[in-house]
Amino acid sequence: MNIFGVFLTFFLYTAFSWVYAKKRTPALNPVLLSIVTIAVILKATGIKYEEYMESAKFLSFLLGPAVVSLAIPLYKQLSIIREYKKEIAVGVVVGGSTAILSAVYMLKAFHAPEILQRSFAPKSVTTAIAMGVSEKIGGIPPLTAVLVILTGILGNALAPELLNIFRVRDRVARGLATGVSSHGLGTARIITEDELAGAVSGLGMALNGVYTAFILPAIINFLV
Amino acid sequence: MYKGLTIIFGFLFLGGLIESAGVPIPGSVLGMLLLTLALITGIVRLEDVEREGEFLVRNMSIMFIPPGVGIILYLDLLKENLVAIGVALVLSFLITLFVTAKTVEVLRR
Repeated sequence: MNIFGVFLTFFLYTAFSWVYAKKRTPALNPVLLSIVTIAVILKATGIKYEEYMESAKFLSFLLGPAVVSLAIPLYKQLSIIREYKKEIAVGVVVGGSTAILSAVYMLKAFHAPEILQRSFAPKSVTTAIAMGVSEKIGGIPPLTAVLVILTGILGNALAPELLNIFRVRDRVARGLATGVSSHGLGTARIITEDELAGAVSGLGMALNGVYTAFILPAIINFLV
Repeated sequence: MYKGLTIIFGFLFLGGLIESAGVPIPGSVLGMLLLTLALITGIVRLEDVEREGEFLVRNMSIMFIPPGVGIILYLDLLKENLVAIGVALVLSFLITLFVTAKTVEVLRR
């Protein structure tokens, strides 16, 4: 088992990335497909998740330093932050709060269990930060990871079209809304239509991650 | 290479220290903020961390897979709340996209 888990993860991610590069449809998100496929393999073979994780954990160990490294793109985009500081600051606070409140209250309306509300609350934030926050506030990090990816797929598939329907033409507004609502996967799409929108989207994602990491632990017990 | 990794892991370690001192924020996020500040103030030079940092950021996706597979431990929770999860996921995304876009649009006028 020791190497098998790592090999399986590399192999499937490589294969699904290749498929994704050919088709480019967000439903074929290689991370989500790899998770589902490995889950099915584990279920089918009766291999325990802990056994797989024992082998593959060095990959997720790198999430910590990867989050720290997000400082680099953030630093490189400082000139854009300076230029649009008011829009970015207000947009992140309003949008980030909306993402948290709408998710939690929607689940409350369905009487979903508290642990689900806690796992759901950081779902608009980039995956690594969302999992860290989820753990801090008593959620289930793997569940959060999957919800984050699904949210990102929505943004990747639909954000530009929805913004057209909402009649939002301003590039800064389009970019920030995409990054704040659907993190890196949304950013990956909006950047293909406009460079400024893409840069603002990436910033919105990073700063919403920071905002959520600060605000959510402070307010979650009042929400759920 | 090791200089960059030393700096990155150093900030992760620092963030973890602050977290364990009782700050309710993931240590990695604190480390990211501190590294951003260090870059702004010139304490750390971009070229010292750029290559290693960008490698980690670019390859972040695969790191989510092992923890994501942990979802199989919670399949019952998922099944019991499938409708709630689906509705909340889509509506919360729509509302957030709309509210953020309109807020920024108003500020831009």
